[in-house]
Amino acid sequence: MPALTPWEELVTTALLGTDRRALSTPGKEAPLTLLDQAAAQTVRRRAGLRPAPAAAPPQPAADDPRPPLPPAARQRLATLLTDQPGSGGSGRRGAAPDLMELLPQWLSLANARGYGAPPELLPALLNAARGRTDLRPQALTFAGPRALWLARLNPDWKFALRSTPGGGMALPDPTDTAQVQQLWEEGLFAERVALLTTLREHDAQAARALLSTTWQTERAEDRLMFLDTLRTGLCEADEPFLEEALTDRSRNVRATAAELLSALPASALAARMAARAASCVAVDHVASTPTLTVEAPHECDAAMERDGVVAKPPTGRGERSWWLGQLVDSAPLNSWQGRLGNRTPTEIVALPVADDWRGELHAAWCRAAVRQRDAAWSRALLGTPASPDAAGPGAVSLAERAKLLASLPPRERADWVAGFIAAHGLSEAFQLLGVCAVPWAEPLGRAVVDALNIARDAGSYPWSFSGVMGLAERCLDPAEAVRLEALTAVPDESENASPGAGGYWSEAFQRLVTTLRLRAAITTELTP
Amino acid sequence: MTQQGVRWTADQVLALAPDAPSRKAGSKLGVAGPWSEAGSSGEGTVWGLCKGSGSKPYQTVVDITCAGEAAGPAYKCSCPSRKFPCKHALGLLLVWAGQDGTVPEGEPPAWAEEWLATRRKRTAEKRSSPPSSTPADPEAAHRRAEKRAERITAGVTELEQRLSDLLRGGTAAAEQTGYGLWEETAARMVDAQAPGLAARVRELGAIPSSGHGWPVRLLEECALLHLLDQGWLHREELPDELAATVRSRVGLPAQPQGPPLRDHWLVLAQYDTADSKLTTRRIWMYGTESGRTALLLSYGAAGRAPSLALPVGLALDAALSWYPGGIRLRADLGEQFTAPAPTPLRPPGVRVSEATAHYGEALRKDPWLESHPVTLADVTPTQSTDGWQLTDPEEDLALPLSPSAASRPGLWRLVALSGGAPLTVFGECGHRGFTPLAAWPKDAEGTIPLC
Repeated sequence: MPALTPWEELVTTALLGTDRRALSTPGKEAPLTLLDQAAAQTVRRRAGLRPAPAAAPPQPAADDPRPPLPPAARQRLATLLTDQPGSGGSGRRGAAPDLMELLPQWLSLANARGYGAPPELLPALLNAARGRTDLRPQALTFAGPRALWLARLNPDWKFALRSTPGGGMALPDPTDTAQVQQLWEEGLFAERVALLTTLREHDAQAARALLSTTWQTERAEDRLMFLDTLRTGLCEADEPFLEEALTDRSRNVRATAAELLSALPASALAARMAARAASCVAVDHVASTPTLTVEAPHECDAAMERDGVVAKPPTGRGERSWWLGQLVDSAPLNSWQGRLGNRTPTEIVALPVADDWRGELHAAWCRAAVRQRDAAWSRALLGTPASPDAAGPGAVSLAERAKLLASLPPRERADWVAGFIAAHGLSEAFQLLGVCAVPWAEPLGRAVVDALNIARDAGSYPWSFSGVMGLAERCLDPAEAVRLEALTAVPDESENASPGAGGYWSEAFQRLVTTLRLRAAITTELTP
Repeated sequence: MTQQGVRWTADQVLALAPDAPSRKAGSKLGVAGPWSEAGSSGEGTVWGLCKGSGSKPYQTVVDITCAGEAAGPAYKCSCPSRKFPCKHALGLLLVWAGQDGTVPEGEPPAWAEEWLATRRKRTAEKRSSPPSSTPADPEAAHRRAEKRAERITAGVTELEQRLSDLLRGGTAAAEQTGYGLWEETAARMVDAQAPGLAARVRELGAIPSSGHGWPVRLLEECALLHLLDQGWLHREELPDELAATVRSRVGLPAQPQGPPLRDHWLVLAQYDTADSKLTTRRIWMYGTESGRTALLLSYGAAGRAPSLALPVGLALDAALSWYPGGIRLRADLGEQFTAPAPTPLRPPGVRVSEATAHYGEALRKDPWLESHPVTLADVTPTQSTDGWQLTDPEEDLALPLSPSAASRPGLWRLVALSGGAPLTVFGECGHRGFTPLAAWPKDAEGTIPLC
């Protein structure tokens, strides 16, 4: 056993006590001698502190070539990140803006302008993205390579490595064929998906060619993931490859291939589906007014299954209507005009449908219009915004309407929703507002503000409209702030109003105006 | 002095906030929306009207020069908040810092001017009649001091007895006896009017439950407490400076002495520590011409922010005077000649081995010193098997970070700033390790606070 150092001797003696263990140098009073010696040793030990040997320093983070933020924008970001959720006490929102809600917009603007993140704000940024998955893609793009470097050092930020294709590793330049080929052959699955995704964005043909080289030898679940990358830049040149995949061993791969082919109206599969669907729907000219008659398929044959039709319906649905739906939503919409007496989509949609098939048929057309991004059919199926069944649970649900709206040009979309709000108020409009371009076009913004104003005059509390209010804060054009100023005054309490509602409305409009001002400032600050 | 372009940053403004909810509330008001008639004067005052929930807007004025007041920025607001500064003052300063044109230069309106004039008058009066350092009745003061010294001596003697008892029976028993015994002893030291001793005794009580290595730490702290006791009992025989150090460590109040030093003082760091009764704010300053480092202390009663607040990274032209003692770090802020303003200056750094040597030398003058302020040049935050350290690639040596520093969010800000490259770091270097407080990356301007 090695001899104890004088200091270790002292610590042992102190633990046991001087009554049990005598000091080697007896002095005045044993405990005081011990304390004297310990004091000298302690000061000596501290004064003699030496630095430790250096550990191997980390690999430096990759350079971020993006320009730094302008100072005002940097400050704004720091302020937005200070506003962590849950740090305030009260439930009521008051007149001050919700800064955290502006972060997504701030990030998308900063990314659009190509700025790099200030390093000292990366921890706060990563923590914000950790708590809010919806924020992650934008936040990680903005955070750049140094955030991934940080994430490798702190387990709390592991999500950043997962959310970034290839775990933030450097992918070869898409034009470097040799490097691309090597990573495709030797890379891990995640790296290969990342490579294929990047390549597909850069050169769709090359990506498909690369996939073809190893397609036969890939595992079924890998084939499915790889096939999914074809959604980006899908075009007619992909058809032979997809047609081949229709005979794949895996049912999921076959279904995905069929779905992709049906989104190509000129494909052979689309033509086959068109023929099948056409045989089910006809115009009955014998009736007093022309009427659509529907004869759903009687069987799902092997050829249909090969083209992706799922034979077994989900519980609660009839087989024949299930098959009909699949045929109609995979058939190219432009095939119907010739089939149904050269009518326009609007005229076709207006035709009465015999035997309660209307809902089934229109729902399938809606799915087709969404998949094929067909504006004319979307417009026809949406109908006029003011029509009474536009708000009700008619043939086309609000969720489907929202999807159909997405196929229309932004301005038309905004006008339709503005019309809808004018006719039906705000309570059903939330979903539809979500698909409108930001900032809202002027007529849409006015429709929303007018509707809020009407709701206020009706005497209800603003929090019944907090969803729309929140959207308005994020989506209204900042230029509207001037017009809204008048609404921030506390109105006289009317008889049928809920107690105190006027004050709360004034507060809500104040918050709206302040938020719009803030958004205008954010845009200015991020403009070089 | 505060011309366009040298305003504060949002971080610097938010550093003035008394607590986190104020920071949040303040930043929400830091936009043009609720403000009207806002303006600022070239002399460092900002004013504005803030729309609240009532019909009458709040009147907010901030004076960031506070020439001669020695209390950081001064605020006045007609809101009922007892927070100081209130959210309106913070919001106003944020809008002013934002430089978006909402706060133009101009003449203060009557309601702001009234307060400013009163302030200026009071300051002028103060300056013309500085508080006399000699008490009204020197005889009585002397008797009071004698009396207090007697009580401290009695306390010290009792404490020596307690330490003796502890070591006679062995510290192994301290693990069982728990906190109560020390709480009682600490209370006795408060009675003896030795708050410095009381605080050390209270910390002693927490050591046995502090995990691995506690017997070493307990012996160290007992020994240093004993050393302080002996220092007090023999203070007449000590050199003046060491005797002054002992007096201040025991907890006797002191006054700054000697001529004030005027310099451009860069604010390196500001952070608070709090216990149930008191919030202590430490502000580290660096004299860009004299090269001296100073520590300003400010206190707030429980739940209230200390009155002095200086935003990190700004520099001010001011005079400081130091308290007596061996190290002469602690100082008081005397007259301020300008408002704090941004500066590109940063303190020069030393190598890692010099940093530990400085601490060692400082212990000679003050053996009770926990840590010493130091700026390290070109060090890289590095993860080792024992935790984080700052490595000096030139010397191939490193300073481990103190355990408390390694668990603070500032660590990650430091690591992010470095990105694996060396940078300049200011902090406290001591036997528990290094605590980083501010950093300057190679090719960026401004001081980044880490606390």
